[in-house]
Amino acid sequence: MFAEYTAAELTSIFAMQGFAGLILFSVFVLMALGLAIIFGQMGVINMAHGEFMILGAYTTYLISNLFADYLPGIYSSYFFIAMIVAFFVTGALGAFVEWAMIRHLYHRPLDTLLATWGLSLIMQQFYRTVFGAREVGVTLPDWLMGSIAVTDMVEIPINGLFVMGLTIVITVGVALMMQRSHLGKQTRAVVQNRPMAAAVGINTEKVDRLTFALGCGIAGVAGSAFTMIGSTGPTSGQLYIVDTFLVVVFGGAASLLGTVASAFTISQAQSTMEFFLSGSMAKVLTLLVVVGILMLRPQGLFTLKVRR
Amino acid sequence: MKLLNLETTALVRRGFLKHLLAVPAALALATTSLPTMADSANTTGLAVTKDTVKVGILHSVTGTMAISETGSVQAEKLAIEQINAMGGVLGRKIEYIQEDGASDWPTFAEKSKKLLVNDKVAAVFGCWTSASRKAALPVFEQYNGMLYYPTFYEGLEQSPNVIYTGQEATQQILEGLDWASREKGAKKFYLLGSDYIWPRTSNKIARKHIENKLGAKVVGEEYYPLGHTQFNSVINKIKLKKPDVVFISVVGGSNVAFYKQLKAAGIDMGKEKPLFLTISVTEDEILGIGGENIEGIYASMKYFQSLPNENNTAFVKAFKERWGDDIVIGDVTQAAYLGPWLWKAAVEKAGSFDIDKVRAASPGIELTTAPEGYVRVHENHHLWSKTRVGHAQPDGQYKVVYESSELIEPDPFPEGYQ
Repeated sequence: MFAEYTAAELTSIFAMQGFAGLILFSVFVLMALGLAIIFGQMGVINMAHGEFMILGAYTTYLISNLFADYLPGIYSSYFFIAMIVAFFVTGALGAFVEWAMIRHLYHRPLDTLLATWGLSLIMQQFYRTVFGAREVGVTLPDWLMGSIAVTDMVEIPINGLFVMGLTIVITVGVALMMQRSHLGKQTRAVVQNRPMAAAVGINTEKVDRLTFALGCGIAGVAGSAFTMIGSTGPTSGQLYIVDTFLVVVFGGAASLLGTVASAFTISQAQSTMEFFLSGSMAKVLTLLVVVGILMLRPQGLFTLKVRR
Repeated sequence: MKLLNLETTALVRRGFLKHLLAVPAALALATTSLPTMADSANTTGLAVTKDTVKVGILHSVTGTMAISETGSVQAEKLAIEQINAMGGVLGRKIEYIQEDGASDWPTFAEKSKKLLVNDKVAAVFGCWTSASRKAALPVFEQYNGMLYYPTFYEGLEQSPNVIYTGQEATQQILEGLDWASREKGAKKFYLLGSDYIWPRTSNKIARKHIENKLGAKVVGEEYYPLGHTQFNSVINKIKLKKPDVVFISVVGGSNVAFYKQLKAAGIDMGKEKPLFLTISVTEDEILGIGGENIEGIYASMKYFQSLPNENNTAFVKAFKERWGDDIVIGDVTQAAYLGPWLWKAAVEKAGSFDIDKVRAASPGIELTTAPEGYVRVHENHHLWSKTRVGHAQPDGQYKVVYESSELIEPDPFPEGYQ
């Protein structure tokens, strides 16, 4: 199939295709990270994860309008502020949801699944009422659009680079926090042995709330970043939820490293196959491979060894 | 009225309690919805009184399709209000009953049955996706209702109980492809769509036309699942294959992702290398994509908000006055607006609201006041209409660059294209 192209053309296409795979990888990690924290550390299946992401996207939309109206001079930098605000807005809502709903449902995983699914419907209808049923267009600062031309053929999208950079910062930040910080240590202690952690004086309820808020906050940042590459509408969150769960489950629920490894495997498999097959077939094959591996390794790629 | 009085007196004898219940019921019957069975305009018991006629509006106002169907609901309500302001249909004011299909296909069937059986509406304006129409169709055929369906669609259907006010696939597609081949000298086409029936059928027609009629080549045909958000791989493939035209039928949220990523990948759509020709992005979709992200592409459909004619100027003005200045009007919204007007014309030609008479009167109905210009109903229940090619501007509007010289005959079962 490549006979009609020159070697230079093929090299540059494969370079770009490799880069496309890396962007997909970053997107997967970014959207799965928040869910992995909540699912992995707390065992809560958060079906409203996509809607939390879209809350971040709508926050970005509002901030961009605010800047356009009141601070046009520094419009080009609104995106950073929007991401920070998105983190705190979704995090605050996450903390509230944990307090009002989730904490009453621990040890009842199926009920949390239903409750968070209901929550996702409520949030969708809320967006529809407030922002209208139509998608909104988020205007991006000029420096985020366009691409860097490396050669005549190879062009690297700037927003792709931006998403990759953001993913690295957030992943490293979360890893450091879980390993080094006081909250991280407490979280891991609660995951490994809840009664014992409580017995040594850790406020497990507070840890739960902060963990849930953190997961939601990261979802908000992801949603904010995805305004660059996707749509912002009441039901846009649904576009991400399946891939997100796929990544988290395949990676092994309790392991951040697993999430990263799984995102890498799935994204590379998918983007390679997408190049040789049609998009739908690539998806089917990817899912088949994932199902096959999960049959052999139901716990996912990586697991945390915990004494039960 | 005499009959009712007799009934009430008869009930008095049967007991006080029953009397109490019967009086309000009888009164209600007398004042509001007394069926005028003897009226020649309504011999089948539809919800038609001396002053009013009930119709149904059936679209999704909740769920994932609400984004697309909102415009249709607004257009249908506007048309009904305008018809009422002009004195209604056969001297009767139109009252609408709105039901929500909730983006759920079985719900469309259920609500259709409710509208036809319980409310006995004289016509229904509704459905949007082909899936919702296919779900509602058996209900309309069983209970003999009349559906006015606004969306451009894949064709391969012709029901006596549906009037299709949007274009079927050949009307929309062939003219656009001819234009690209003739005006832009396109020789290599790349077909890209979302993975469901409408894009697949449309591309099947497009491929036959490109290969057999235009003598050009299809260098790629590709489908992505609905809701897909990562298009970098296909963008690379397009760069590699260097087609002259990319023919796109991607729908929904995927659209936003596709055009944003296309722009980010350094493809300047204004350079027309390749040229992007879509059949799925109306002004409505551009609102979500952002005019600056899609500037320079072409669209092939029958209506654009910017169409320069008097009907359209008046329509756009009325639409904005009714629904707000920021609103945009896409192809389907305009087609939905035609529904109530076509129904009114058919009822008046038939002199009756009876479904069978309206159906018999429908072929040949003309509208000279349609925003898209003159249209006429074909024997096969689709519309004769023109096809236009629009060029996307940064403000989110299309500029009309081409218009077919003749009305194009609808051909839902195109020979040689299946």
